Amino acid sequence: MKIEKINKVTDYDMQQLIGQVLRYGVLISGIVAIIGGIWYLYQHGSGIPHYTVFNGEPAGYTSLTGILKGLGEGSAKEIIQLGVVILIATPILRIGFSLLAFVLEKDKLYVLITVIVLSIILFSMFGGLKV
Amino acid sequence: MNILFFTLILLLGAYLAGLAGSLTGLGGGVVIIPLLTLGFHVDIRYAIGAALVASIATSSGSASAYVKEGITNIRLGMFLEIATTSGAVIGAILAIYTPVNIVAILFGVMLIFSAAMTLRKKHETALTEGSKLSYALKLNSSYPTKEGIIEYKLKNVAGGFSIMTVAGVLSGLLGIGSGALKVLAMDSAMRVPFRVSTTTSNFMVGVTAAASAVVYLQRGYIDPGIAFPVIIGVLAGAFTGSKLLMRINVKWLKIIFCSAITLIAINMIYNGIHHKF
Repeated sequence: MKIEKINKVTDYDMQQLIGQVLRYGVLISGIVAIIGGIWYLYQHGSGIPHYTVFNGEPAGYTSLTGILKGLGEGSAKEIIQLGVVILIATPILRIGFSLLAFVLEKDKLYVLITVIVLSIILFSMFGGLKV
Repeated sequence: MNILFFTLILLLGAYLAGLAGSLTGLGGGVVIIPLLTLGFHVDIRYAIGAALVASIATSSGSASAYVKEGITNIRLGMFLEIATTSGAVIGAILAIYTPVNIVAILFGVMLIFSAAMTLRKKHETALTEGSKLSYALKLNSSYPTKEGIIEYKLKNVAGGFSIMTVAGVLSGLLGIGSGALKVLAMDSAMRVPFRVSTTTSNFMVGVTAAASAVVYLQRGYIDPGIAFPVIIGVLAGAFTGSKLLMRINVKWLKIIFCSAITLIAINMIYNGIHHKF
């Protein structure tokens, strides 16, 4: 009974922690996107949109190094893409924190399951699927 | 139409999409694709990129509240994410070989299915006896209601897992959260109580979408000029929706909205068949 009680507490802690990670991730990415967006409209607002034809985006926005380089140059589009990257990273970070929580709970089965999910995402990220 | 005007209209559209998605439970991403392709004549690949981003935003935003309340079954979500993320990776690979008009047709079919799922009857009854696998994987749990804590057990884990894999593939291929299929897997196959299955599905959408978003970002599907009004608009809309949801009866709104969605879906399928993408 005592062990179960300790587990319950950590499950509760995990819920609060995950809730916070998700909340701040969304909040930060939203703020970054707004800043980048206003700056983007200031720079390009009078241009003409060109989305009817798909060109793929230039390397600048599609890789982390490209985005960081653009940030150094103060480019608005890269600031928005940084917001997008933070947004995509939020659920991945959530998995990372769950893993930590399952390790602390000594729940071996779920440490394994979480590692599998994390590996699939990392494979997707670095697996050369970009073609 | 210059970029400033395009952005403001898109912001408004994304706001309404987020609002509608949140009120009906369809999610923000589903409405973004027809809005962009039919409304703005944006290439469907950019629309898929934007919808993925919108799905992650709405999922993470609302999940943060549900998780804290303790309704979401984190273990169940994590276990089923093996199915949805591997499905999403397969979907993102399939997307390379799938012609865009087929993507549009599939999307239309998925949209009609989602609308139908929103309107169907839900069962709230909790099972008292679970299957062997549900105990082995520690999937049974409890959730708080107005009447107190309710314990529930679940069954047909393999069936739910299989449907989740399909949900993942469609999510990776079409850029949507596939919330409707996720709920079908948990609600109809595994018999998870409705409140738990919707919140857990919503919780999983972010991770599923992220698994394919990392691929689509590198492929150049995610354009900053579309992404920023979509993120902001959908988030604001979903937030308004969650506030409204507590005060208004959404039954009629759901019926009207689902009928509209079905018409849009037929339009997508028609355009897909006639290669207008």
